Amino acid sequence: MYAQMVKTGVDHIQSKEEMSPEERAFQDRVDQNIKIEPKEWMPEAYRKTLIRQISQHAHSEIIGMQPEGNWITRAPTLERKAILLAKVQDEAGHGLYLYCAAETLGVSRDELMEQLNSGKAKYSSIFNYPTLTWADIGAIGWLVDGAAIMNQVPLQRCSYGPYSRAMVRICKEESFHQRQGYDIMTKLARGTPEQKAMAQDALNRWWWPSLMMFGPSDAESVHSAQSMRWKIKINSNDELRQKFVDQTVPQAEYLGLTVPDPDLKWNAESEHYDFGEVDWNEFYQVVAGNGPCNRQRLRTRVKAYEEGQWVREAADAYAAKKAARAKAKAA
Amino acid sequence: MTDKKEWPLWEVFIRSQHGLAHRHVGSLHAPDAEMAIMNARDVYTRRNEGVSIWVVRASDIAASSPSEKGPLFDPANSKVYRHPTFYEIPEELGHM
Repeated sequence: MYAQMVKTGVDHIQSKEEMSPEERAFQDRVDQNIKIEPKEWMPEAYRKTLIRQISQHAHSEIIGMQPEGNWITRAPTLERKAILLAKVQDEAGHGLYLYCAAETLGVSRDELMEQLNSGKAKYSSIFNYPTLTWADIGAIGWLVDGAAIMNQVPLQRCSYGPYSRAMVRICKEESFHQRQGYDIMTKLARGTPEQKAMAQDALNRWWWPSLMMFGPSDAESVHSAQSMRWKIKINSNDELRQKFVDQTVPQAEYLGLTVPDPDLKWNAESEHYDFGEVDWNEFYQVVAGNGPCNRQRLRTRVKAYEEGQWVREAADAYAAKKAARAKAKAA
Repeated sequence: MTDKKEWPLWEVFIRSQHGLAHRHVGSLHAPDAEMAIMNARDVYTRRNEGVSIWVVRASDIAASSPSEKGPLFDPANSKVYRHPTFYEIPEELGHM
C-alpha cells in the first residue's frame, strides 16, 4: 500500500489488564469509534506509528508524481495532457493534506522533508518502477490508484481525526484518477493491434507490482494486529489484495486483456479468484533500495528541493519586507 | 539544504457557497497571508469547493483544552429548559 510494513514498536498486544488507566480509557474510546483528536492524550506508540504511517503515505504521493510526470510533455493529445497535469497536481495536494495530518502529531514539516530527502523515510515500492510507454499512465491510474483506493476507503473510518478527514478528501479525488486510467486503457485496447499490445504490455509489467503494494501477508504480524486494534489499519493485507484481484480481473476481461498469471482462476466454492504467489523477493529488493528506479527517484526529489531553495528564500524575503513596511507605516 | 526556517502554519477556512459560513478545511505552510491564500486556492479548491477563503496563522488560534471539556460544557447539560421540547403546549393550540 502507500504505507507498507509500518512498525508499531510493540512486541505483543496488551490485554486491558496490563494497560494503564489512561491507556485503557484511550482504547475504550477507540473501541467505541470515538475519533482521537490532536490535543488528546494518546499512547506514545500510537503517535509514533501514526507519524510513520501518515508520512510514508505522504512521501508516496510526492514521489508518485515522478513516474506520471514523465509523460506530461509527451501525452498524446492536449486534453490528455491537461488531465494528466490535473492528476499529478492532485498527488501533490494529497501529499500536502497528509503532511498536515502528520504535523498535528508533533513532527515538523522540515523533519518530514529531511527524512524523505535523506532516504531515511520509505515510500511505496510501486513508485520505483519506470513508466516506459503512454499505456503505463493508463495502467497506473487503473491498477495503482485502484489498489490505493482499496486501502484508503476503509481508512476514512480510522481512529485519528485528521488522518480520517484527509482520507475523505483524498478518496473523493482518487476516483477520478482510477477512471481516467481505465479510460486510457479502454482507448488503447480498442485501438490498433499495436495499441492493444501496448496496453497488454503495461498490464504485464504493472500487475505484480500492484499486488505487492498491499505488502506481504500480515496474518502473523504483531504490528498489524496492534494497528488494527488502534483502528489505524482496517483490513489485513491479504484481504485487500483478494478484494483487488476480484474487482480487477473482470475489468481486464472487459478490455480483452490477459492478466499475466497462469494460476489465476475463478474458485466457485470460495467465490473468489485464486491467484499465483507474488515474488516477495522482488518486493524486498525494491524496498531495500534496489528497484529499477529507487536512486533516480530520490535524486530527482533532492534536485527539485535544492533547486527550489531560491524560491523559498525569495518568498521569505518578500514576506519580511512587506511585514517591515507594514510595521513602519503603523509606527 | 541550508534553509531551516520553516514557514508558519496557516489554518484554512472556506465558504463553499454564498449564504453558508466559512468552514475549516485544513492547513498549510506559507511565508505570509497572501501566499497562504494562493496556496489554499491550489490545495483546497481545485474543484470549485469555495467562493471565499480565510486564512489565519495557527499560532494565533486559542483553543479550549480537551481535558477541560467537562467543566466547560457540563453546565449546559442540566439546563433542559433551554430547549423548546421542555415545554408542553396544549394540543388544541396546534403548532407553536
